[in-house]
Amino acid sequence: MRKSWWKILSVVCVIYAILGGFLMPAPDDIGILAKTIRNLHFHVPMWFTMILLLLVSYVYGIRYLNTGNPMHDSMSSSFVKVAMLFGLMGLATGSFWARFTWGTWWIEDAKLNGAAIGMLIYTAYYILRNSIDDEVKRGKFSSVYNLFAFPIYIVLIIVIPRMAETSLHPASGDTVGFSTLDLDNNLRKVFYLATIGWILLGVWIATLKHRLTEIKRIDEEI
Amino acid sequence: MRKYSVLLTLIGFSAMAQTSMDDFFYQSGKIYVVVAILVIIFCLLAFYLVRLDKKITKLEKEQDEA
Repeated sequence: MRKSWWKILSVVCVIYAILGGFLMPAPDDIGILAKTIRNLHFHVPMWFTMILLLLVSYVYGIRYLNTGNPMHDSMSSSFVKVAMLFGLMGLATGSFWARFTWGTWWIEDAKLNGAAIGMLIYTAYYILRNSIDDEVKRGKFSSVYNLFAFPIYIVLIIVIPRMAETSLHPASGDTVGFSTLDLDNNLRKVFYLATIGWILLGVWIATLKHRLTEIKRIDEEI
Repeated sequence: MRKYSVLLTLIGFSAMAQTSMDDFFYQSGKIYVVVAILVIIFCLLAFYLVRLDKKITKLEKEQDEA
């Protein structure tokens, strides 16, 4: 295994998040949330991981446009694919959580719709890539697309929900984030390490995907 | 053989800890059982990732040599 210390760290952090998420004290009395406040350690890191992976992909997209090195393009596309996986997990967990707190699987809300449109934007990235056979063209087209997609994605899932007048989702519109509810800092003790763990895990899976793509590419060249 | 020695040690430990482990997992509405199951699932997933990582490293080495 290559450079393994941070991979071990990611597994340890996520196991800590599972144990801590269930067993550590948490503010279990916040209205309709009740004990589901503990979902914070699992649902939220999915989105953080997705954003970070997309940021890495964005940076490698720019690097590809500068250098034309196919390795950078493979890095960029692999990170988008794994980011989409985490985005799907974020949507699915969010929807399930909403069903048993807000009483519905989905509701018209700036945060939810923004996240859904964000996913569609990157689905289009996928389709764009698959529709071009020429390697150089594919790399350039998808890197330029990525250049526009990432800022729009950030605006859709963070900026617009914040500016919305009303929202059910925490930390958007007229609602507060978890930091104001976490008076005893009990959630923070788990949440920060959980986030680090999930992000590192996402990066690990994405690098695996990248390395596999590279092996295939070099194999075709030979 | 070294692979299985870990397993044997674990089985040994669990036999020793049988009663206190029972007490532990029957507590507070058996929620610890759920926790343990999640940990098992995640550990196996992580183990699979490690295997995948090793296989890819091997492929990369083979490619470098070729």
